Amino acid sequence: MTRFSSAFSAPALVCFITAGDGDTAANLDALVEGGADVIELGMPFTDPMADGPAIQAANLRSLGAGTTTADVLQIATDFRARHPDVPLVLMGYANPMIRRGSEWFADAAKKAGVDGVICVDIPPEEDEELGPALRDAGIAPIRLATPTTDAARLPRVLHGSQGFVYYVSVAGITGKQQAAQASIEDNVARIKQSTDLPVAVGFGVRTPEQAADIARVADGVVVGSALVEIVGEFGKDAPAKLKELTSALAAAVHAAQ
Amino acid sequence: MTEQPNSFKNQPDERGHFGQFGGRYVAETLMPLILDLEKEYRAAQADPAFKAEFDDLLEHYVGRPSPLYFAERLTEALGGAQIWFKRDELNHTGAHKINNCIGQILLAIRMGKTRIIAETGAGQHGVATATVCARFGLPCVIYMGAEDVKRQSPNVFRMKLLGAEVVPVTSGGATLKDAMNEGLRDWVANVHDTFYIIGTAAGPHPYPELVRDFQSVIGKEARAQMLSRAGRLPDLLIACIGGGSNALGLFHPFLDDPDVKMLGVEAAGHGLDGDEHAASLLGGVPGILHGNKTYLLQDEDGQITEGHSISAGLDYPGIGPEHAWLKESGRVEYTAVTDEEALDGFQLLCRTEGIIPALEPSHAIAAVAKRAKEMPDDSIILMNLCGRGDKDIFTVAEKLGVEI
Repeated sequence: MTRFSSAFSAPALVCFITAGDGDTAANLDALVEGGADVIELGMPFTDPMADGPAIQAANLRSLGAGTTTADVLQIATDFRARHPDVPLVLMGYANPMIRRGSEWFADAAKKAGVDGVICVDIPPEEDEELGPALRDAGIAPIRLATPTTDAARLPRVLHGSQGFVYYVSVAGITGKQQAAQASIEDNVARIKQSTDLPVAVGFGVRTPEQAADIARVADGVVVGSALVEIVGEFGKDAPAKLKELTSALAAAVHAAQ
Repeated sequence: MTEQPNSFKNQPDERGHFGQFGGRYVAETLMPLILDLEKEYRAAQADPAFKAEFDDLLEHYVGRPSPLYFAERLTEALGGAQIWFKRDELNHTGAHKINNCIGQILLAIRMGKTRIIAETGAGQHGVATATVCARFGLPCVIYMGAEDVKRQSPNVFRMKLLGAEVVPVTSGGATLKDAMNEGLRDWVANVHDTFYIIGTAAGPHPYPELVRDFQSVIGKEARAQMLSRAGRLPDLLIACIGGGSNALGLFHPFLDDPDVKMLGVEAAGHGLDGDEHAASLLGGVPGILHGNKTYLLQDEDGQITEGHSISAGLDYPGIGPEHAWLKESGRVEYTAVTDEEALDGFQLLCRTEGIIPALEPSHAIAAVAKRAKEMPDDSIILMNLCGRGDKDIFTVAEKLGVEI
């Protein structure tokens, strides 16, 4: 059993924050203490073109503080030492991931205890760029499916996907509007018909109520911008606030069946 | 360099790759649309009515063919090769950008899209996009870095006169790459009705190919005009490069003429030895940004660094992927000239030929001045004069210490 299959054995809460934005170790610990089942750690990038204002700002704060790829990997390594059982996913853009070569990145991520990688701007058509190196290193390439991924295209997205499928519930950027529940239900059902992988739903999820609705139909709920906004607003005092929101989200997700 | 291909004109491959460059590195939300665009472009290529409408608009709306002009006094002043210009600065809207915008808006209409977005740096592509949107009655949103909005206020006003909404982008460094990020963010949220008119031969496949094809009218005309006027092909083609669409437009129809050499001129800003330049090919390394793999200005962690050039139109940290491939294949030579040299080129052309060039082709003029002297006087240099300089007079005045 992998860390992913344990985490998704019941509806799971997936929490995203950007590495190097604030006291990342303390913030990650707060997420886990609050009940996060999976951690997505954002790799900062100068040009986060799929992200809305909240995560753009987090990227800039992190890079402004001088965060390097080595720092991100160290944050992951330290997290893994403190939390041996919590699945850890790196999420980011292609260029920082391939800069020193895909094998270098996959090996370094593996050594840091990373379980999966989400690369926003490498679609299945360009899988060769990173996918083979990740799979060879035993790291799950986690793909995104979206409202525009139609039935004809879905098998292509699922082929080579591992870990879980991340359903992006709105055609848009992170942290903006939330999709209608009916659309989420239809699309999750459609994806689950085509794969045995768990399906987590994200983009625009902010409240325990939204999370509970999604957890009734999906295997996981991803929350990012709402958490990143707390890091931006509260700085050093963020951990307590993060734990508070995460606890409420986790309770809602874990109660859903 | 490996063995020479049979033709330099058969790129990209069916997956949109130019050798190791190009490709489709976009978020999943955009992939289906990119694939649709490719299908629609193939259909348009096979449709004589599409070509007829494109050609008709280029002739009667843009004013093509643009003249081929022998620059007699500049040739005398430099001493050496004969210098000829392809006069794309005489196009409607004052630059080569309109050729591409006509092609793309016809594609947008074919695809049933009802809203147009674009990014712009200096504002030339924004003006050209706003122009075709007004001509076809489509709403238009132009993303422009807040810094560029300040630097290029006449073009901002032009776009507004043409009915476009200009959105200043404050994220990142607030210049062209940030405007492109914001364009992509808009597109991903509005894929159902929106067409993104990309301004240069970059971005995800099929953009680099279709922009090149639309701009190739420059080289096709120039090749025929040269044969008719001089009875032979030129020895050397020269064009400036930001993203690279005017250079590809000139070069592409000549790529399989082995005796025609080509020189692409990047912006060296304050010099290639520092960080303040925009020469992605000469000073960058391959990476992935804005949908394609190409040479990028970036640090050791793959973070994109800001380009600098006196010319806002060359101030971009990337380059079209076909140029990356043409560099690696050795078919095209690339060089760079500084802000200072470009300013000299600008003034040289004003005084010898009575033509005020844009700062972008002023870089090419500086390269012409260097090369012409090294070539015999029966040889021919053909340069693409891709834009006129009205928009730049304020920048030039400031650099020359003149108040206007």
